[in-house]
Amino acid sequence: MSKFRKKSGKGLQKINTSSLPDIVFMLLFFFMVATTMRETEVQVRVKVPEATEVKKLEKKSLVSYIYIGRPVAHVARMYGTEPLIQLNDKLVSEEGIPYESIQDFVLFEREKLPEADKNKMVMSMRVDQDISMGKVDDVKQALRRAKALIINYSAKKEYRNQGRQR
Amino acid sequence: MASRETPEVNGGSLADIAFLLLIFFLVTTTMDTDTGITRLLPPEPEENQETEVRVNKRNVLVVLLNRSDLLMVGGEVMDRLALKDKTIEFFTNPRNDETLPELEAQEVQFPPGTSSILPPDGIWRGNVSKGVISLQNDRSTTYGKYLQVQNELVAAVNTLRNEFCRLYFDKEYDDLNTANPIEEEIQLGIRKIYKMNISESEPKSIGGRN
Repeated sequence: MSKFRKKSGKGLQKINTSSLPDIVFMLLFFFMVATTMRETEVQVRVKVPEATEVKKLEKKSLVSYIYIGRPVAHVARMYGTEPLIQLNDKLVSEEGIPYESIQDFVLFEREKLPEADKNKMVMSMRVDQDISMGKVDDVKQALRRAKALIINYSAKKEYRNQGRQR
Repeated sequence: MASRETPEVNGGSLADIAFLLLIFFLVTTTMDTDTGITRLLPPEPEENQETEVRVNKRNVLVVLLNRSDLLMVGGEVMDRLALKDKTIEFFTNPRNDETLPELEAQEVQFPPGTSSILPPDGIWRGNVSKGVISLQNDRSTTYGKYLQVQNELVAAVNTLRNEFCRLYFDKEYDDLNTANPIEEEIQLGIRKIYKMNISESEPKSIGGRN
């Protein structure tokens, strides 16, 4: 009997929190290292398709982004709901096939790269899966003309049951 | 006087500060890595260049995607999931079929001593397909469908490369480390044997008016 009473009488023991900052700092450093700040605001709605053969894009510095999709609500008020092209952070307002905008964009982005990497520039196409190919073909033609030939069709990894391995 | 000890700094609020920073980084972190399928666009043709290249009919597999996202491969309507096996058959031509692409005897140099199956000089002798896949799409084809088809074609070539790499070098093709010159040479060699011969035609409208 007396055994139980002894314990309950003293109240809660204080937990030693002196190592809490260490733990929190560890987490902090992890997130600091893993963070990449998002610098562009995407103004078109893009849901990229899924594919099984995707590879990771190495070397982020070589990559420029082309978004194609229908504009988000507050942009749609200005530009309408037709699919739009966004190059890194600016929307293309050019009518028809946007040869000039893309040419300028490619030149500008290429200028930023060091001499040795100028021909390794990768254009990442982040295209919504419901967009029709006409728009995409136009952009591809413009890229060919601007001599930016390495493109990456952005896609999410799809896990498919491989029934049979050849 | 000089021997007075420095007062100890109160470390109790250290955790609070760290928490604040932690929460900031937690919120701003985006962990997504960019993934996708990398392809090469053909260079823009020169002004006065003959663009017509004569290719034997049996060496071309036409993959058509029409405006209602229907897939036609070599003249027959096909499901997307059957395309990969069809492509593999097209590129390997296992029975030397008359209707499948020609095979060409070739030698490819691999670094000597890396494979137990290859002769000691590291030269692979075998048949390489001359096949080319011609992918054509309509302006109204949806992009998602187009990428799925691209994916199947790429998957077929990747499977072939992987099989070869596993057979000869006991390794996955994807695991080859290009920073290592020997493995890079292996990779280039395999690429010569199984080429990513997927050509995209100049855009045009197929399957009726838009």
